[in-house]
Amino acid sequence: MQQPILLARLSRRGLFQGLATLAFCEAAFADEAAAISFDGLYKSFGVLGFQFSDRATSLRGQEVRMLGYMAPPLKPESHFFVLTREPLAICPFCQSDADWPVDIVVVFMKAVTPMVSAGQKVAVSGRLEIGSAIDAETGFVSQIRLVDASFHVA
Amino acid sequence: MRAQKWLMTILATGLAGATPALSQTIYPINRAEILEGSRFDFKVEFPNAPTSADVKVTINGKPAADIFGKPTAFTQNEEGQKHSALWLRGATLPAGNYVVEATQGANKATVKWEVFATAQPRRAKNVILFIGDGMSVAHRTAARIMSKGWEEGRFNGELAIDDMPNMALISTSGSDSIVTDSANSAHAYTTGHKSCVNALGVYCAKNALTLDHPKVETISEVIKRRSKMTIGVVTNAEIEDATPAAMVAHTRRRSDYNDIVKMFYDVKPDVIMGGGSPNFLPKTTPGSKRTDDLDFIAQFKAAGYTIATTKTEMNAAAASGTKKLLGLYNTSNVDGAFDLRLAKKGSVAKFPDQPDVAEQTRAAIDMLKSNEDGFFLMVESGRIDKYSHSLDWERAVFDTIMLDNAVKIAKDFAGERNDTLIIVVPDHTHAVSLVGTYDDERPGQLLRDKLGTYADSKAPNYGPLDADGYPTNVNTSRRLAVVFGTYPDTCDTGRPFMDGERVPALKSADGKTNVANEADCTGPLATRKAGNLPFDANSGVHSGDDGILTAMGPGAEKFRGHKPNTYVFRVMAEALALGGE
Ligand SMILES: [Zn+2]
Repeated sequence: MQQPILLARLSRRGLFQGLATLAFCEAAFADEAAAISFDGLYKSFGVLGFQFSDRATSLRGQEVRMLGYMAPPLKPESHFFVLTREPLAICPFCQSDADWPVDIVVVFMKAVTPMVSAGQKVAVSGRLEIGSAIDAETGFVSQIRLVDASFHVA
Repeated sequence: MRAQKWLMTILATGLAGATPALSQTIYPINRAEILEGSRFDFKVEFPNAPTSADVKVTINGKPAADIFGKPTAFTQNEEGQKHSALWLRGATLPAGNYVVEATQGANKATVKWEVFATAQPRRAKNVILFIGDGMSVAHRTAARIMSKGWEEGRFNGELAIDDMPNMALISTSGSDSIVTDSANSAHAYTTGHKSCVNALGVYCAKNALTLDHPKVETISEVIKRRSKMTIGVVTNAEIEDATPAAMVAHTRRRSDYNDIVKMFYDVKPDVIMGGGSPNFLPKTTPGSKRTDDLDFIAQFKAAGYTIATTKTEMNAAAASGTKKLLGLYNTSNVDGAFDLRLAKKGSVAKFPDQPDVAEQTRAAIDMLKSNEDGFFLMVESGRIDKYSHSLDWERAVFDTIMLDNAVKIAKDFAGERNDTLIIVVPDHTHAVSLVGTYDDERPGQLLRDKLGTYADSKAPNYGPLDADGYPTNVNTSRRLAVVFGTYPDTCDTGRPFMDGERVPALKSADGKTNVANEADCTGPLATRKAGNLPFDANSGVHSGDDGILTAMGPGAEKFRGHKPNTYVFRVMAEALALGGE
């Protein structure tokens, strides 16, 4: 529904990149990537921390695909966004990661890509990274990432 | 607004006709009320980076260092910025009235402070401060109808929060704005100073780093420094969130959660309970939000704290005589009463054994009460505000009933002792109002056809009350109509949100504007509303309306008429005789 507006806003370069990304992820989905769900990431989930599932651990460093919801994007085009288990309407302060749900997955894309509106269900494919990392550019703390990723609206 | 600021600056500087745009700024600010002996950072900022020879600072006509009995420090071009600064960290003053003058060339800035003493002997052994975050008059009225019942114009009972001998209207403005946030407003209660939005335990100066701003002492720090009283901080929000953080924190930015956890550790309140565990975990632990390797679970354990992560563990700790407890019951906010009891949504499935605020209050009092030197307990029902932001009034009112149950427990404890000051107060309000009832039997197809006003505002037919005074069904055919005065583009349904907290609007792909949540726009009575807030708002906003404070116990008689929020600190400090060196 938002698509035409988005496309109209894109620069020519952005449009080509977006199309290229879409084409790539269709191909990737057909082949190698193993699907993993939010619930499938964890063995246990407690107040004092969680444990990654054996499957998540075994898929570390490999191409996976995940379904989730795009959190409110900070910019119309970006190289990263936050993938959440439930639709997350509100970008809390949009300044710090203090209020994000604890089980977010941070998606770093191959290229700067136009975002879709918050709460959109998206299918992401990318290489699974596990373990605490702080993004040098944004200071964003994450435990699980999909890198060199691409997505399409699910 | 701008004109008013300009006028105030003129009055403050006493320089009618001069250009006020770049004047010296003095912290604490004009009309500050300072507890005798409490610590505060004194700072004067001079525009255009003058040298120390170009400026003069006096207090009651004498050099500032003489009055404080300590040298001040002058920095030209502070932090490379275009101002110079004069500092004295950790100043104290004896009671009295002070006039501070900062002179730079022909410009003179003047502020006045009142440093107040507190009378001996101490009048209260214990103080319990209940904060209903965002609690407004309509929340109270709806809670009374829902929880006590209404017949022929009368309620079938009183709320514990209403049935108290003393009352006042409290205004909540900050130094920078008419409508403030929960950080700054809670800070007024815990320090007695007016500051600005997002600030905790500091004035908002020009410092670049959030932890460097001029500090003022919190009531927890005064109590720990001066007495053997024990302290409890209880909330169902994240423990690092604004209201509980105001008990211990000094930062210009309320979202400094990792720093705030360390500040809790530095002050060490005896009982600490809420959500927000990820900021206690070292970054190597999956689920951590820390950026360092500090393990505050281990550190609190080493400092003698019992750790509880469930209601069962909390109650076991209280029953076994534990005196120091760190209770963390959720990675985020603890679920509210509506989800814990009725809807079972939110994170109830993930965390099935969370205590509510009333249960937390009972356990906290059990752990604190044996101290012969008394205790100070702050209890927040934090999601009245959060659910009001999301325009989910049933959830907000359930958490008002929960606060009422917590206050009932405190009143039962206080009983006839007459040594415990109990205060119930919001930190700010929301634009929320009760205007009638929605009745599905009324003719018509639209939500507005179903709204009964005036003579048609009949009593709701909610399900029977459970043992704790909550209705067991609110998704009935005749329901209260509670409306919000501020909203983004959204769709009203006129019904409770049984599938999870209401999400009024979603951020659009441009990352700036917000659009109605279409999930609410398709039901039989769904009504689309164009927002009345700026386009970047995704939820309701706080209001500048006064809040209602009720109180009982020694010192409570001081609450009457209209008072600023800083007065709450003053009454508590006086009841506990916290003044003096
Ligand atoms: Zn709020």
